[in-house]
Amino acid sequence: MDWLLIIVLLPLLAAAAIGFVPGSQRRVIRGITLGASGLSLLCALIAFCSFKVGSSELQFETKWIWVESLRLNFHLAADGINIGIILMGAIVAFAASCCADDITHRVKEFHILLNLMIGGILGTFASMDLFFFYFFHELALVPTFIMIGVWGRGANRNYATYKITLYLSLGALLALIGLIGVYVQTGAESFSIPDLIATVQESPIDESAQQWIFPLLMFGFGILASLWPFHTWAPLGYGAAPTATAMLHAGVLKKFGLYGIIRVAIPMAPVGAQSWLGVLAWLALANLLYCGLVAVRQKNLNLLIGNSSVAHMGFIFLGIASLNVIGLTGAVLVMIAHGLLAALAFGLSGHLYRQTGSLDMSRMGGLLRQMPLAGSALLMALFAGCGLPGFANFAGEVTIFFAAWAAGLKTITVIAAWSALVIGGLYMMRAIRNILHGPRGGDWAKASDVSPLIATALGLLLAALLVFGFAPWLLTNGIEDEVKKSVLLAKPAANASQAQATEAAGR
Amino acid sequence: MGDQLQFIQLEVMVVALGLLVLLADLFLPESARRSLGYIAAGSLGLVFLLSFRGGYTDFADGEAFGGIYRLDGLALFFKRFFLLTAIFVLVFAVDFASRLRSGVSEYLAFILFALSGMMFAASANDFSLLFVAIELITVTFYILVSFQRHRMHSLEAGVKYLILGAVSSAFLVYGIALVFGEAGSLKFDAIRDAHAGLLENKVFLFGMLFVFAGLAFKISAFPFQIWAPDVYQGAPTPTTTFLAVGSKAAGFVLLIRLFGSVVPELTAQWTGMLMVVAALTILYGNLCALPQRNLKRLLAYSGIANAGYLLMGIVAQSDDGTAAILYYLAGYLFTLVAAFMIINLVTREGEGEDISCLAGLNKRSPFLAVALTLCAVSLAGIPPLAGFFGKFLLVKSVAAEAFGNTGYFALLAVAVFGVVVSIYYYFGIIRTIYWSKDTPDNSPVAIAWPTRMVLGLCVAAILYLGLLPDKPINWANAAAKIETVAK
Repeated sequence: MDWLLIIVLLPLLAAAAIGFVPGSQRRVIRGITLGASGLSLLCALIAFCSFKVGSSELQFETKWIWVESLRLNFHLAADGINIGIILMGAIVAFAASCCADDITHRVKEFHILLNLMIGGILGTFASMDLFFFYFFHELALVPTFIMIGVWGRGANRNYATYKITLYLSLGALLALIGLIGVYVQTGAESFSIPDLIATVQESPIDESAQQWIFPLLMFGFGILASLWPFHTWAPLGYGAAPTATAMLHAGVLKKFGLYGIIRVAIPMAPVGAQSWLGVLAWLALANLLYCGLVAVRQKNLNLLIGNSSVAHMGFIFLGIASLNVIGLTGAVLVMIAHGLLAALAFGLSGHLYRQTGSLDMSRMGGLLRQMPLAGSALLMALFAGCGLPGFANFAGEVTIFFAAWAAGLKTITVIAAWSALVIGGLYMMRAIRNILHGPRGGDWAKASDVSPLIATALGLLLAALLVFGFAPWLLTNGIEDEVKKSVLLAKPAANASQAQATEAAGR
Repeated sequence: MGDQLQFIQLEVMVVALGLLVLLADLFLPESARRSLGYIAAGSLGLVFLLSFRGGYTDFADGEAFGGIYRLDGLALFFKRFFLLTAIFVLVFAVDFASRLRSGVSEYLAFILFALSGMMFAASANDFSLLFVAIELITVTFYILVSFQRHRMHSLEAGVKYLILGAVSSAFLVYGIALVFGEAGSLKFDAIRDAHAGLLENKVFLFGMLFVFAGLAFKISAFPFQIWAPDVYQGAPTPTTTFLAVGSKAAGFVLLIRLFGSVVPELTAQWTGMLMVVAALTILYGNLCALPQRNLKRLLAYSGIANAGYLLMGIVAQSDDGTAAILYYLAGYLFTLVAAFMIINLVTREGEGEDISCLAGLNKRSPFLAVALTLCAVSLAGIPPLAGFFGKFLLVKSVAAEAFGNTGYFALLAVAVFGVVVSIYYYFGIIRTIYWSKDTPDNSPVAIAWPTRMVLGLCVAAILYLGLLPDKPINWANAAAKIETVAK
């Protein structure tokens, strides 16, 4: 079955279908979005469960020729890395659709854009062709800008819209030049990722060319994934974005940059990677430390979540910079875990904002008594955010520490571990104290707990976090097989010792 | 001779149509003249279809009039391009007729005469035909630009265009004279054979530089772009459209033919200079567009920037680069026609084209709002629209050459910077349409059905070129292969 095609097409068809529904039929419009994303989640679950781990072939393939003269194909397929991300994307998409009923004006337009964004997000991670990989990303990005601009909140949403648009466009364009460089330099005359990898296995890209292709991709994708010091768009943008948009972008779409580095940049330019990953490791540390410290100072819950989300990107960058099997595996694992977590956190903050019209933490308090359901969910989200064992984040983060240590980034590992535990613990605990405990805040009088629909969405996200936290092997077995291939390309000689290191790390 | 005339049958038809329009004006009553534009557009549509007729395309890859006129894939592509542009501009002109106040039929006829000049330019294979074609275009445009005699702005634009256009013609003719002096011939075929030996010859180089300057004026490339904003803003909007699309494309077909196929070795020698010109054009256009509030002026600066992107295709010096130019121009045609038509529809006579006139357009006419949004997004180069694919092809053609020359990276970096800057001002347009606070005017916009049809066609083409580029790329590739030896 072409599960991936169904998963990607359902939201796009829903967008088209909503176009024919009159704008006054809000329930119908919401129903279509929920139905489409629910069905695509179901298909993603089936695909995930029927995915054969250990088979080196691409699964659930759909391949159509699009532009013959340029050898562009519409090519969807799953392997160990992206099947987990697609499942995570489908879960977050469903959760975001559940949380989208806070939009009350121009509902029809919002839902069309939301479905386009979901289709783009799922398509970008399912694409095995560089062109469509990029194309779907832009398809998701443009609605993001419009949604923030039209339905965003706060006084400076115009500024936020401009900032996020310019930053992300710059990142996407740098990455595009890098991708075109890959296409031109491999001489494979093809945009297909498997073809390109097969070509560079035979004859790697010229080393001097790798030295400029890798930084282009690293910074291009890095900007998209809020690499320090190009991260300032993220907290601001998420603070201004409507709930569903923030959930989808922070949760899934932002992972495009990280996925691109792992999927394209490292296999295509392994030599370039080795000379630039040192830089990336220090920038990752800056993400962890600087953005963590900024998060400590925040008084607004959304800005706190936004900054902590940027700080968490540091783990993933660090895992990538280790360039070994456990590091990249851990990076993909954190990508998935953080996607679920970010969606959970923004979904909750969206609910709180809707109830009280403010996210000022100094005026909150006693939330656990007022809203037991939302409060407990927030408690768990904040604990997962500081890496409590049992949540998927812990599994990924601890793997990355092992990897970074094994890769010889010892100083960075120590500082990163410290910052993750202490700084992360500090702001998360403060948030728990301020929001959940203590005397009841002034704005809570009329606030009510989450509706059953939102509770389902949040429960689903939490359940996924716990399932992958207790059984990370569900994801890592598949990821590891694929990641090995990239590492093999980067370090053919070191491969043997690498395998030992993997076992020594006591996985 | 009769056989030779077969080559220029399309041009003859266009000129005859222009004369017929002038004649019809004498006999038709005032009320019927309005539809004259639609009839002319319909007839041009017929000519457009005739250009696909086997009896005509059989002449492809042939030369006429002693080799000064050449009909090949490139020429055919551009003839069809110009015909399509003129059809749209004629429909547009009917919409605009009430603001011209007088001489509507003459306006239509001059559009047709300029069109014939462009079509000759597409086939020019000799400096004499090149110059005559360029002058035919430029002189008719002097009149078209200053056609609103009751408006100071229009007259001022006309005078500016006249003076600067005359300077550029002087450059061109002086350059042609120098080239003739050294190469001993005006024929492109002869210069092609001779130019490799003249690469050190300063007089020849100066001559070619002046020719380049004359053509750079046509495409409004830096440093010959000064005229564009004032003229675009002051001219009647259909003229602006024709100038922005047709005249620019005419400059490019000549640049492609001259620098792509006639003097390729000189182009290789001048790669550095061309890169600098392209980069400065991109920077100038995009940076100056940032503070603009007048929409026509904004599009003029964006047009300068686009000339810079298109020059990247010349810099690439490959068939891929040429094909990318053709693809980009095709997308640009539909985008600009739609954008100018919409700007014209939403502004009232006597008011400026300030960006605030777009406020609340999504309520006044959702169709126009969506169409203009698509235009802006396409111009900004965001997928999945025509502009993205054109830019993608241009960047790809430059990146393909970048291996041996690091200067290409600098050019790519400038292009990326330019695109990011341009996103800022194109999104300014979209922002005004959808979420501006004060909407002074909420009356619905009336659109005549031919205009609606042209707009629909443009939107469809923008989507088609972006979503299904397979066939158009093959057309562009086929047209871009310029056979240099012909009998």
